[in-house]
Amino acid sequence: MGTISKRGLAALAVASVLPLAFGSFSAAFAKDKVKIAFVGPLTGAISPHGIGGRNSAELAVKLMNAEPNTKYEYELVVLDDECKPNVGVQVVTKIASDRSIIAAIPHYCSATAIATVDIFNRFKMPMVVWAAVLPEITYAKKYPEVHRVSGILIGQNRIGAQFMKARGYKKFVSFADSTDYGKSMNKYFTQFTLENGNEILGSFSVPPDQQDLSAELTKIKELNPEVIYFGGLTPLGARLRTQMAKFGINAQLEGNSGIMGDAFVNAAGPELAEGTLTFFDSPPLSKMPGGKMFADAYKAAGYSEPPEAYGPFAYVATRLVMETIEKVGPDRAKVTADLGDVKDRPSIVGPVTFDDHGQNITPLTTSYVVQDGKWVVWEESEYVSGKRKLKNLP
Amino acid sequence: MGMIGQHLLNGLMQGTIYGLVAMGFTIFFGVMNVIKFSHGDVLTLGAFGGLVAVWAANALGLSVPLQFIVALCVAMALTAVVGAGISHFLIMPLRNAPPLNMLLMTMMVGTAIREAIRLFFPNGTNPQRFPELLPAGGFNIGPSFFRTDAIILIIAGAASIGAVYWIINHSKFGLAMRAVAEDTETARVMGINFGRIIPLTFALGSITAGFAGMIYALYYSEINYSMGLLLAVIGFTAAIVGGLGNIWGAIIGGYLFAGLQTFVVAAMPSMSDYKNVFAFVLIIVLITWRPTGLLAERGSERV
Repeated sequence: MGTISKRGLAALAVASVLPLAFGSFSAAFAKDKVKIAFVGPLTGAISPHGIGGRNSAELAVKLMNAEPNTKYEYELVVLDDECKPNVGVQVVTKIASDRSIIAAIPHYCSATAIATVDIFNRFKMPMVVWAAVLPEITYAKKYPEVHRVSGILIGQNRIGAQFMKARGYKKFVSFADSTDYGKSMNKYFTQFTLENGNEILGSFSVPPDQQDLSAELTKIKELNPEVIYFGGLTPLGARLRTQMAKFGINAQLEGNSGIMGDAFVNAAGPELAEGTLTFFDSPPLSKMPGGKMFADAYKAAGYSEPPEAYGPFAYVATRLVMETIEKVGPDRAKVTADLGDVKDRPSIVGPVTFDDHGQNITPLTTSYVVQDGKWVVWEESEYVSGKRKLKNLP
Repeated sequence: MGMIGQHLLNGLMQGTIYGLVAMGFTIFFGVMNVIKFSHGDVLTLGAFGGLVAVWAANALGLSVPLQFIVALCVAMALTAVVGAGISHFLIMPLRNAPPLNMLLMTMMVGTAIREAIRLFFPNGTNPQRFPELLPAGGFNIGPSFFRTDAIILIIAGAASIGAVYWIINHSKFGLAMRAVAEDTETARVMGINFGRIIPLTFALGSITAGFAGMIYALYYSEINYSMGLLLAVIGFTAAIVGGLGNIWGAIIGGYLFAGLQTFVVAAMPSMSDYKNVFAFVLIIVLITWRPTGLLAERGSERV
């Protein structure tokens, strides 16, 4: 026993010294290190999305570092914005004032992103938003530092309203959270639903962390809509679905990109989630040009959490930032200038083109429905063939 | 307006939770003149204790009614122990300190409990799904839908309020408690074990929090580490409005607050985001009108 452990110790010592020796040897030829930052909600109720995005960004860095011909070695600095504007401002100020960090891939939550765009501009730090969809993030001001690979929520609401009209629904109730995100969702839902000649019986707005929805649901039950439109994020959406059932409200739930992802189905449970509709600015992973590569690499990297809906976008944003640094060098001003010229750049989600506001204009809005605990493209679901039916169909 | 019954039921449910929390505040204040701000976090702790108990009972293969009983017992026992502990180790030694120190101390204890849940409970920052242990479904009376679990919980809440009232007014322990509240020195001279009555009083007050925590968890099927914060503010407000130190006042205050919130949503659905603002503003008006509360503490001579 004694000798074995001694030998084991010796082996351990050798094992630990060897890489050190080789490490210092290879350091002579090492590439320069470049730091980039990922920001997303890693704790709190939205964290499944943030962690999926973080894993995907990490994966992009790993794959890039494994390529032999790159000029730099990348290090991902990961920060948690908790989906809170005040925390987002703190962490973004921290990375933006750190000159060793060249660029950032920030934010899942729109309310957080809209609070930090000014800081990126003030510190001249280039960034590519990976998930937030509020239009104002790119369009309210013309900041050269601000770019976004994810879509904006206008398109999904336009497609959603047309989709619901085509099914024959007429009476709607809007239920949104009271953040800038929820307000914007409600605004475009209202605009497009009325344009399609449909009726909105009532609009409700609650703080995203409100637990008790019984008063609102009682009123909704009285209004008796065919469809409840939801403009908010996963936790409130799952709570709404759960409490709707407890109140015996049998309306069709129409969601948006905020509830897209496995997290919603897990939180509400597959039975209650069944038949929930959503409109999301991306085809499924299997239909993306690099979807299979991404899915395989993600699996091979051994992450236990799913990438969630916006994981591929986090991957694309991170990759885009690194490609730009490869091209122009680790310099904030040059990276900003070069990101402005991105046009038809191939990526795993399809070509990326930024307009003059840094907004990617290529996302493809797709309709989804939950079927057996999975988000399925509408056209491929059993709801199209008539085998299953949406609720309250006229 | 056919939904009045429904709104009434919603208000009753919330009022029961608020009333239970307010009752705790009023018991602590009545006996020790302490405003115990950790009360809401003790409630959260009770709900999380209940959740762990359900998981354990489920793993042991107990039936759902048994899981429910185990969870309830654990939640109440845990809050009783924590409440008694806080009073024995923190409040008793500080009882001659300025009230402000006591207030600060209980706020810090509350923060410590809250952060401990967030940091040490697995995935503590995320909301936790609480299993549904009560019968689902319900029935319609007219346009109103009555949830079976809500009715059970309201009855249970009302029964627990009645039980606490009985303990305080008709049991020997309650007599001792009231004696201490009236005049600590005389009570001690009469042979009342002061060092035991105070922790027991805090245990009783905290059990109501544990019970309220379980009601909350069962009704919403979701708990989170910060749920006690707003409940404590509302509960404390309800106790003040009703008249701090008066049990019935606390309960009336609880239902009043819930009533105001529900009224805002029922009357002005588009303003539902502002229901807390509206309720608190009206409470401010009420407090200005009746500074000692709707029902002042009986025999109060504080001038």
